[in-house]
Parts: sequence; structure tokens; C-alpha cells
Amino acid sequence: MFAAFLQYLFSGLTSGAIYALAGLGFAIIYNSSHVINFAQGEFIMIGGMATATMVAAGLPLPLAIALSMLASMMVGVALEKFAIEPARNSDVVTIIIITIGASIFLRGAAQILWDKEFHSLPAFSGETPIGVFGATLMPQSLWVFGVSGAVIVALWWFFNRTMFGKAMLGTSHNRLAAQLVGVGVKKVLLASFALSALLGAVGGVVVTPITFTNYEAGIMLGLKGFSAAVLGGLGNGGGAIVGGLIVGIAEALASGYLSSAYKDAIAFIIILFVLFFMPNGLFGKRGTDRV
Amino acid sequence: MLAVVITVAPLGFSNSYYYDVAVNAMFNAIVCVGLNLLIGYAGQISLGHAGFFALGAYGSALLTASWGLPPIAAMLISATVVGLLAFVVGRPILKLKGHYLAMATLGIGIIIHIVLKTEAKITGGPDGMSVDNFSLLGFTVMGDRMWYWVVGILLILTVWLALNLIDSPVGRALRAVHGSEVGAEVVGVDTSSYKVLVFVVSAVFASMVGSLFAHKNGFITPDIGSFMHSVELVVMVVLGGMASVFGALIGAVILTLLPQFLAVVEQYEAMILGAIMMGTMIFLPKGLLPSIVSAFKRREGGQ
Amino acid sequence: MRNLTRFGAAFVVATSVYGAAGVALAADPIKIGSILSVTGPASFLGEPEKKTLEMYVERINKDGGVQGRKVELVVYDDGGAGEKATTFTKRLIESDKVDILIGGTTTGTTMAAVPLAERGQTPFISLAGGVNIVEPVKKWVFKTPHTDRMAAEKVFSDMKKKGLTKIALISEDAGFGKSGHDQSLAVAKNFGIEIVADEVYSPKDPDVTAQLTKIKNAAGVQAVFNFGFGQGPAIVTKNFKQLGMSVPLYQSHGVASKDYIKLAGDASEGVRLPASGLVVPDQLGATDPQKPVVTAFKKDYETAFKSDVSTFAGHAYDGLQIALAAVLRAGSTDKAKVRDEIEKTSGYVGTGGLVSMSATDHMGLSPSAFHMVEIRKGDWLLSD
Repeated sequence: MFAAFLQYLFSGLTSGAIYALAGLGFAIIYNSSHVINFAQGEFIMIGGMATATMVAAGLPLPLAIALSMLASMMVGVALEKFAIEPARNSDVVTIIIITIGASIFLRGAAQILWDKEFHSLPAFSGETPIGVFGATLMPQSLWVFGVSGAVIVALWWFFNRTMFGKAMLGTSHNRLAAQLVGVGVKKVLLASFALSALLGAVGGVVVTPITFTNYEAGIMLGLKGFSAAVLGGLGNGGGAIVGGLIVGIAEALASGYLSSAYKDAIAFIIILFVLFFMPNGLFGKRGTDRV
Repeated sequence: MLAVVITVAPLGFSNSYYYDVAVNAMFNAIVCVGLNLLIGYAGQISLGHAGFFALGAYGSALLTASWGLPPIAAMLISATVVGLLAFVVGRPILKLKGHYLAMATLGIGIIIHIVLKTEAKITGGPDGMSVDNFSLLGFTVMGDRMWYWVVGILLILTVWLALNLIDSPVGRALRAVHGSEVGAEVVGVDTSSYKVLVFVVSAVFASMVGSLFAHKNGFITPDIGSFMHSVELVVMVVLGGMASVFGALIGAVILTLLPQFLAVVEQYEAMILGAIMMGTMIFLPKGLLPSIVSAFKRREGGQ
Repeated sequence: MRNLTRFGAAFVVATSVYGAAGVALAADPIKIGSILSVTGPASFLGEPEKKTLEMYVERINKDGGVQGRKVELVVYDDGGAGEKATTFTKRLIESDKVDILIGGTTTGTTMAAVPLAERGQTPFISLAGGVNIVEPVKKWVFKTPHTDRMAAEKVFSDMKKKGLTKIALISEDAGFGKSGHDQSLAVAKNFGIEIVADEVYSPKDPDVTAQLTKIKNAAGVQAVFNFGFGQGPAIVTKNFKQLGMSVPLYQSHGVASKDYIKLAGDASEGVRLPASGLVVPDQLGATDPQKPVVTAFKKDYETAFKSDVSTFAGHAYDGLQIALAAVLRAGSTDKAKVRDEIEKTSGYVGTGGLVSMSATDHMGLSPSAFHMVEIRKGDWLLSD
């Protein structure tokens, strides 16, 4: 019985870590711009698709990863420069629609640039399952956990120990004040998009050996990532990770003990309940309403 | 003016396909006028209205098929149930703000979608179920032309209702909620009641149109309740122009027609649609109609 | 309708004046309308279907068309949504005035189009699997692929042969898997098979070990049967191996493409599934009537698109061939005549098998159209 429970947990952790990586991207952009970027899932898709097709074309994996990270970053920068920046002072809803438009555009571009088939990458450290107390875990899942952890540490260091990171954080707290002390708000916004696109690409690369990827893979990842980020509390990187893990584990336990047909619904019910009692998510800052 | 457009438009329709598209556009327009009350006037986003639309559609389909109820009764019962549901979930949900509210409404929409998909014994599952014609007092609405006139009249009625609501004290309270919720509360507006009220109204609009859509289309699948459909509805409202009844209407019409035009460019359809969405919101951030109107006003002022 | 009568009147005048009906007719193209899910969750079915139709229509036209008439193809993408399929079908019938409809990639989009084809009295050949498309028989509606019920029956009879009677079902909760699941439940009893565990997953789930663990722990499971298409079955297969499950794994005909083997990798070794002869042309017996047809089609497709042929492309090919053969026999595109001729299709050798339709059977495939194949060393091995 314990082995089964452990297996459910592993299953949930694997999915959860994937959702968490997607959620982190939302958190970074939200932090510096208060924008929810619904094209975040597409960054992940671009990372996975670009790497998979380049590897299939014969490029060595590390080079393919580096190139697709670069490509994804360029897409992120372009999105900020040409779509978000000109509309910076618009309503929240307006910007949401822009990012939804961007996600549709990127999906359309991906299906033309690549194709509509599913692509995969070989697992980084083989496909021999690791046995733990009667349950099994794939080595690639460990890669996903490891990368998520490393990303969290790197982000913490970046935001708390580097000048530029601190400036980005400052902008999120008070845009005007940051501007007054000479922080280039535009530069910060640009950097946040580049960073989250980069992160998305990394996520896409480590996740593809498990889930495969195709031009529409970003829809699901975007949706789950958004759920993770909101559940954890917007703008809180650690919160997004916890949120992602909770969603993943809830789904796995629900399909193990309740009903696999309703596992997604159960995850959403949990999110709704959390929001009823904690309207700013698990770790979100309490917002004060300004008149 | 709307009445004139609706009356004159069919002159350009050479076959019933055009009527079909026009009816779909008007269906969307009715939903969007309702949704716009919530998004545009009360300033509350909903990413779950397709769920209410689907509940209305399935409610009608099931009540007429298995219970043999007359369509009008089925439609009203479904709308009442949806209204009650919106009322029950509305209270806790509308306390949330911004993206949290978006998440919560999205969750509700998705849960409804999952239920419709899973309970295949009742709903036919992902492959959908068929629905009979709409008839009232022995009179059956059939064919695209007849539907066109019926829905046209309903649309005019909806717009008239919405315009009246906006000019009423309720409408003024709503705008106050949008402008500043705290401010509105300070001057004694019971903001949460008004928000719930308009949430319920917009959900009922969506449900009733869902019922009619089911009868008109003759076949429904759970996809009408999908997240993508909810997003589509919000995009229609925002693209056309928030806080403008005619803006929402124009947004609905344009976004219903656009895929029909873009069908000929095949694989570039998604790219062009995405580019149009981004372009409109970047250059006309207030939406099509309000931006054009203010441009006109400015020009007149300049002369 | 009014336009049509006016056209008819003008036509009568024209022919009586010039007496050159044959020439006037020859100039008219044969219009084929197609709604396919070129984007959306079923896009990897819709895409090869579209490419196949386009390739063969182009080729037929280059060779002079059918009875001297060119074939014109109009394709609309429904994105897998039934509601869009309705509108586009109406557009094809009313606005584009097509003679024949081929399409409906999924059962959902097909069923959405069925009432319109019936009302518009237009012959409609569906490319989707659901058995409810042709049962009960609808006057104007036909289909080319095997039904999900046939797939389930084929799998169950194979299990019965091997003495496997207690099985677990794991299926996708979207259209294809759901309908396959329901059909499997319905016919299992006929083969003395008991379904002791029944789990589902969403098409985009990254991991299904939770569902499989439940199956693994269910008492007495002798085999697992997975109904789904896309990346789902590949993930099921990988997770199945990860958990070290040793019972036989069966897949449905939904994974009968090389992509599945590519995605699932080594884990797909030993998986059994029902598939048409198209996936194993070289292994068919020399006397098998299907052999030349599938060999030629596979070669055509793979040289034109540089990708592995899928059975879905074959369904579109069969649909087009059956439709054009019916037009040829009818000698015109008169819809009622073409419909009658489609129904009379007999002994057509297609990629899916031998097709002989009748007034009570609008699909015309016998269960023998399916072969049981097993995956060995990354390739299909015919095993019945």
C-alpha cells in the first residue's frame, strides 16, 4: 500500500515539477511588470521544439540547447519590445489579450516553421527506472527537480545579490520610485521577458523527454503554469514552485484514490478553495486597495 | 440603427450559409453584450463564461430530449439553474481581484467542461449529442432565415435592455465599482451585491444563448464549454471596446466573421488572427469602437 | 435554391440553343468539399489527410481528370471543434456548392456535419472511426476507416486466443479514446473478457504512472488495453515499462504510425495492436489483393512528403477513390446518383481493406481488414 502511495507521490512530483517550472516564468514577468504573460507556455514549446528538431537534424545536444535558449530569448525580447512596451500604460485586460494574441501567433508560426507532429528528446541519463521502496522514478524526473531547484537558487541570487536583480525587484515594488533613483524601467521589463523566455526554454528542454512536445504543447503548460503561479501567490517564485507541486500531487493522488476522470477538476476545486480563504494565494502579498 | 442594419444586411446574403454565420455572430453578440456588463462596466473579468453557455445548451438538450419538456420551458429552467449557480459561486469568487478572479472563473469553466465531457451516459461525452428544433406554441423555428429574424429581434431587445440597465441607478453603481471599489463602498454602495447581480445577469444571458444555439445548431459537443471558447468571448468584448454596448457587439461580429475570411489562407490563419489581436490592442488599446469614436471627436474638435 | 433553378433554366435554354450539353458539362469541375481537423488536438490525423487529398487531386488533374472533368478540392480546417465543422459544412454545401463531402477527421466533427449532409442531400464520406457514424445507417453518410468497435473486437479475440480473460482498460478522455472505451465495454462480454480496472487520462497529461499503479495493484489483471492517440499512448507505454509491469500491453489502431514507436522508444517492444495492411505492406502474402495497393500508396506518400505514412492518410485516399469511382460509374455528379453508386461500391481494394458496401452497411469493411501486429525491434511485425 505504501509503495502505491509513494508511486502516486512520484507521479505527482514529476508532473508538479513541470507545472512549477512553467509557473516560475509567470512569476518573474509578473514581478517586474504586473503583467500575466499567457504566451509563457509557448516559450516552453519553443525551447522543446527547437531543441528536438535541431537534435534530430544532427546537432549535438548541448549546442542545440544553447541555440534554442537563445532563440526563445529573442522571441521573448521581441514580444516585449514590439507588443508589450507600446501598450505599457493600458488596462490589465488589454495586455492579457495582447499576450493571448501572441500565444496564438507563436503557435501559428511554430506549425509552419516546424510541423504538427510530436517530437521527443532522448532522456539525459538513460531510461533505467530508479527503484525506491517498491516505487519507481525515471532519472529524467530527477533532472526536472534538479533544474527547478537550481533555477530557484539562481533566481534568488540574481534578485538579492546582483545590482540589476535588485533593480528589477525595486521596479516591481514601486515603478515611479525606481525611476526616480535611476533604474531604467524599460530595461527591467525587457530583461524580465528575456529571463522568463530563457527559463521557459530550459523547462521545455528538460521536460520534453518525459512529455514529448508539439506546436500545441504550450496551451496545457501555460494553463497549469498559470494555476501554479496563482495558487502560490502571484509574483512569488517559491510560491509558484509550491503551487505547481500541489497541483501535480493533487492530480496524482486524485487519480490514485478517487477518480482519474475527475483529477483535473479536483485540482481546480482545491485551487478554488484556497482562493476562497486566501484571496492572494498561499504566499501572495496582501494587496491594499488604493482609492 | 441596429434594427436598420439587421433588416438591410440580408440583402447581401445569397444563400443560407451567410444567414448561418450571421446568426452565430448575433448569438455571440448577445453573450458579449451581457459579458460586457461584467467586464466593461463592473470591471470584473471572467474566463469561465463558456461554461455557463454550455450548461444552457446541455440543459436544454437534456430537458427536451429525456424529459420531453417544451424548449421554452427547458431554456428557462436551464437559465434559472445557471443563474442560481452563478449566484452561489459569485459571492465568494467576486471577492477576488484581477488575476485571482480570472483564475477562479477559469477553474469553474473548466470544471463544467470536464463534467460535460466525462458524464457520457447523460451528455454523450466528447462526441456530442443532437438537439431538436426549437418550437413554441406549435410554431417551429427552422432554417437559417427564420433563425436570423428571431435572433435579430432578440439582439435588439438585449441591446435595449443593456442600455437601459447602464443608465439606471444600478448601472451608475456598477461604474462606481469599476472606477474605485473602495471609493464606491465609502459612499455607501453595496459593491459585492452589485457585482454578484451583474455576474448572474451575464451568466443568464450566456445560458439562454447557449440554449438557443443548441436548438439552432442541432448538435453540440462539450467543446462549447472549453477554456478557449471563454477566452474567445472575452477577446470579443475587449477587442470591440469595453464599456460600450455597441463595441462588444462589433467585437463579436468581427471575431465571428474573421475565421470565415481567414479560412482561405489556411495554415497562416492562426498567425494572422494573433497578429490582428495584438495589433488592435496595441494601437487601439480601448478597443475598436471607443478608439474610433474618440478619434472622430478629436477631429471634429480640431475643425 | 432560387439561384439553382435560375441556373437550371438558363442551362436548359443554352443547351436547347446550342445543343452542346456534353461540352458544357465537361468544363464543369467535380467539386469535392472537405472539413478536416488540420489544427487542434487531432491535427496529426487531419494534416496527413489533407496532404493526401491535395496530392491525389493534383495528380488526377494532371492526368486529365475524371471523364475529362477536373477535380476541385475545397478544404476547411475545423480545428477539431464540432461547432466550426457545422458552419464550414454549411459553407461547403450552400456556398461552395460541392458535389461530394469527404472529411470529418474525428467522430465529433463528423456527427456535427451529418445532419447538414442529410438535409442538403450531399454524399458524405467520413474519415472518422466512431461506429455511430454508420450505425444506424444514414442515407447520405458513409465512412472509410475501421470502427473502434472492430478494433476492440480484434484485440479481444487476440486476447481470447491467448487465454487472457481479465484485463484492465486505460483510455484517453477525449473523443477517440472515450468512444473506444465505451465500445470496448460493450463488446468485452462477447469474448468472455472481464474488465477489472478502468482508468482514464487527459490527452496532455505528462505522467500516468498513478493510473497504471492502480491497475498494477488491481487483482488478477492479465493484460492492459490502451485506447487513445497522440502522445498519450506513448506516455502510457513508457510509464508501463517504468513500473516494470510484465503483463501484455495492447494498443488500439490509433497508434498505427511510426511516430508512436519513435516516441515510446524501447518501451514499445512487444506491444500488440490491430492495424491495416498499410503498415506492413512487405509482410503481406504475395496473393493478398491489398499488397500492390498499399505498397504503391506508401511509396507515393513517403516520396512526396518525406515522412512515414500513417493509416489516417490512407483513409483519405480510400475516401477519394471511392467517391471518384462512384462519379465515374454514375457518369455525372448528380448527387442522388453518386450516392447510389457509393452504396454499390463492391470489391474496392483500399488501404484499409476490402470494401463492399450495401444499403445496410455504409462502411463495407469486414473484420478481416484488420491485422494484428506486434512491435519488434522498432518495427511492425505481422502476427496473425
